[in-house]
Amino acid sequence: MSASVHISVQLEPFDQAAEEANIKALGGDIGAIVSFTGLVRSEGGALTALTLEHYPAMTKTELGRIVSIACERWDIAAVTVIHRFGRLVPGNPIVLVIAASNHRRAAFQAADFIMDYLKTDAPFWKKQEATSGECEWVQAKESDIADKARWSQ
Amino acid sequence: MTKILYFSWIREAMKCSEAQETLPESVKTVADLLEWLGQKSVAFQDILESDGSIHVAVDQRHAQAATSVIGASEIALFPPVTGG
Repeated sequence: MSASVHISVQLEPFDQAAEEANIKALGGDIGAIVSFTGLVRSEGGALTALTLEHYPAMTKTELGRIVSIACERWDIAAVTVIHRFGRLVPGNPIVLVIAASNHRRAAFQAADFIMDYLKTDAPFWKKQEATSGECEWVQAKESDIADKARWSQ
Repeated sequence: MTKILYFSWIREAMKCSEAQETLPESVKTVADLLEWLGQKSVAFQDILESDGSIHVAVDQRHAQAATSVIGASEIALFPPVTGG
């Protein structure tokens, strides 16, 4: 069974409920939908905004590659990945991953896997604006690499 | 000609987001390219000597130091990604 895949890289906000409804409307034998939404944290009130830069010619292809690996690994009926770029403020949704399958385990694992791979492979860079007015690029985390590596153990 | 793209703090340090370059025949791999760019530009040499690691994509695919750049039309240089 080939999965129904929807990938978007966009400036605009997304509507999680509408995206989930689109997957439900596909019908078939979907028995589980797992949805993850990542939000901009305020870092305890220290952060004013995050600006995301990306590599337009590569981003969508790279997200497609990650989703393909997940679909080979698990029996997935549908996947939606939406990632925003531009300037976002605390509380704004930044990324949406929805995975749908016959059974819950595949849906949970595929959504988790896609997020871990996205963190280390999708060409996005965050710049944070502190309430002090200071701006700096967010550093990549070692833990993200470890999170990705656990899928090859 | 090869289009070289810079992102994030590397773009800021280079004060430029893209450049067209004719790669000499001696530049065969990603490692050769980084060395050649460092020889050409003081700003890039400073980037190479800084703490941050540089990731490279050749024609929109993640590359390693030994990946070939021969015939590439677009090469992007960027720090480790921080999306999600």
